[in-house]
Amino acid sequence: MAIELKMPALSPTMEEGTLAKWLVKQGDVVKSGDIMAEIETDKATMEFEAVDEGTIAQILVPEGTDNVKVGTVIALIAGEGEDASTAAAPAPAPTPAPAPEPAAGEDGGPKKAESGTAKLVSDKAATVADPEVPAGTEMVKVTLREALRDAMAEEMRADPRVFVMGEEVAEYQGAYKVTQGLLEEFGAKRVIDTPITEYGFAGVGTGAAMGGLRPIVEFMTFNFAMQAIDHIINSAAKTNYMSGGQMRCPIVFRGPNGAASRVGAQHSQNYGPWYASVPGLIVIAPYDASDAKGLLKAAIRSEDPVVFLENELLYGRNFEVPKLDDWVLPIGKARIVRPGKDVTIVSYSIGVGVALDAAETLAGEGIDAEVVDLRTLRPLDTATVLESLKKTNRMVVVEEGWPVCSIASEIVAVAMEQGFDDLDAPVLRVTNEDVPLPYAANLEKLALVDAARVVSAVKKVTYR
Amino acid sequence: MAKSPAKKASAVPAVSNRERPNEPERYKATKEELLQLYRQMLLIRRFEEKAGQLYGLGFIGGFCHLYIGQEAVAVGLQSALNGDTDSVITGYRDHGHMLAYGIDPKVIMAELTGRAAGISRGKGGSMHMFSTEHKFYGGHGIVGAQVSLGTGLAFAHKYNEDGGVAMAYFGDGAANQGQVYESFNMAELWKLPIIYVIENNQYAMGTSVNRSSAEDQLYKRGESFRIPGIQVDGMDVLACRGAAEEALKWVRSGKGPIILEMKTYRYRGHSMSDPAKYRSREEVQAVRDKSDPIEAVKRELEGFKVTEEQLKPIEAEIRKIVAEAADFAEQTPEPDAAELYTDVLVETY
Repeated sequence: MAIELKMPALSPTMEEGTLAKWLVKQGDVVKSGDIMAEIETDKATMEFEAVDEGTIAQILVPEGTDNVKVGTVIALIAGEGEDASTAAAPAPAPTPAPAPEPAAGEDGGPKKAESGTAKLVSDKAATVADPEVPAGTEMVKVTLREALRDAMAEEMRADPRVFVMGEEVAEYQGAYKVTQGLLEEFGAKRVIDTPITEYGFAGVGTGAAMGGLRPIVEFMTFNFAMQAIDHIINSAAKTNYMSGGQMRCPIVFRGPNGAASRVGAQHSQNYGPWYASVPGLIVIAPYDASDAKGLLKAAIRSEDPVVFLENELLYGRNFEVPKLDDWVLPIGKARIVRPGKDVTIVSYSIGVGVALDAAETLAGEGIDAEVVDLRTLRPLDTATVLESLKKTNRMVVVEEGWPVCSIASEIVAVAMEQGFDDLDAPVLRVTNEDVPLPYAANLEKLALVDAARVVSAVKKVTYR
Repeated sequence: MAKSPAKKASAVPAVSNRERPNEPERYKATKEELLQLYRQMLLIRRFEEKAGQLYGLGFIGGFCHLYIGQEAVAVGLQSALNGDTDSVITGYRDHGHMLAYGIDPKVIMAELTGRAAGISRGKGGSMHMFSTEHKFYGGHGIVGAQVSLGTGLAFAHKYNEDGGVAMAYFGDGAANQGQVYESFNMAELWKLPIIYVIENNQYAMGTSVNRSSAEDQLYKRGESFRIPGIQVDGMDVLACRGAAEEALKWVRSGKGPIILEMKTYRYRGHSMSDPAKYRSREEVQAVRDKSDPIEAVKRELEGFKVTEEQLKPIEAEIRKIVAEAADFAEQTPEPDAAELYTDVLVETY
């Protein structure tokens, strides 16, 4: 029986990759540890090692093939005593198989654990153009990761005071490859690898901003920024006020935030509500690449300290970004990403995709939902939220994060205080469950927000 | 009682082949320089005494940490800095460092009383004062934060290639904070131009150095980062100045950071609300009698034939400056209510 070699998942979020190069050919004898192929993910080129011993009977996916789904059979190995040529006989078609279902595999093999985060990543984008984009602008497909990098690179070209520091940002090209290529263009003076020392380098960055520079401090994830939160809040956010406007702190703290895939409680948390509660900070949490680019450029130019919350699950997603020399968005402005008249769904960051998924389902059931992407969490664009509420009279807030003291709670309070007369139903929150994020795939799935819950909340507020 | 600095003979370097700065020499001040140092130290002493008094009268609220006893450190060190290029940052015991930089006592005192004319418009208070004009970057209330921030200032000096040096003051208590060592590591790794000044006044609030520090010779705290340290008599303003000269020579020549441990003593409690039961009255009195930094300058001035009588006009002038600062701080108005909402952010969004 030939051994099937399947396209491996080389990171927690990888779903497909490019089979860049075969380092073995049909008839080669391989043993465990031999490097057989090079596989490109959206972040890096990885080596694929043999685990089984035998002879390569057939290569099913030729090198250079893009978008090979994880789990696709890419080669067959004939075991000891098997004839490599006969082993190849019942070769499956070389077309990539669909991504395996989480149910038991067709071969009766173990059930593949599907992360609960899969349902967070929507393929939806805004259904209406951003009003900030001039009519007739050419749009290009760019990943969120590239959009962030381009924003930094453009600002670094424009202003010599701007530099990037953080763990693995330079020579490694970024732990999540967001800073890819920056070292090459700007050199080690402006793209600085730090030791693993979050409290220290957050303080160094803040001090450098006080000294007149424009630092971009990357946290590998915002989970690690808890080590540094003293400088973000006590040193960066409060100094301008405490000094009577004398001492500014123009700094950007950025990095991935929120749940990643199957990484457990300590690496899966949304800090949006934490930072958004602090006067003196700007907090931005974009959904798509266009907003990410336009707002990161604005953040770097801002005279105020900015916490810029990205989402790892979205880094590899493609979005349309306007092809403009200088695409900068205003901070503090929400955006209607899908207009509707029956209910307002407010969200931000990855929750926007969940809201858009729900809106599509609802449309099929005759409910026309408007989706508002907050984009900036502080200052909050309450005017846009209230305006939408005035139109729809019903509201649901979607947040990939805990429910207690959340952005959702804040939106509910705003609706109560300033939009009470426009409400035809109570505002509902759809959030993650109020527990640390579990590791087990089934529990993780239960803990995270999803479109189905949004749909049922919308039905409640629309009395359907 | 302030310990005397470690004797030269016993100071065996940890690794003999590592380059070390020279042992600093006591600064040879002219009569005019000495008079200026005396004047500055006396201003801090009288200013702080007045601040203590105003606190007792209810004009100053919250926390108020006085610098009395430590005057030689800020005055001696900062007299060696270049005010146009070098930057200074410290913790919450910051009045002395500002006065040593020639910042107007009126706006400092008015900040202590929380008035609109205060240097932070009354919104910072004792622990949060800044003067970007003088490159004085605060005034930080979280113990040890100024060490990382100061390292960032040094980073900016190096990045801008402006020739400036950052001086970051912190206490013996802060010397046990983790971020201090995170900063040491980066400063040496990147050869940043910074002088770390440990003002060892023997007590972190109520806990003595010996009760809190496994290595109580704090000048050695940089050794595992290859940062040299020098222990200095912080009660002798000329020793302080001499140490600053040597440290500046080291840092300005691109050799990276250096640590100065200033052995000093605070006469008053940690803050105004500290009854200081952790040390005896005799201990404090002994330092006042034998090691007072201002009395030491007076003796030094005797060498220049400056008599007590000749110093009296200076004393009178200082008292007048402080009295005027106090009057101003008591009378000048509180901030407008509208100031509550200003300066939260720089820009409008």
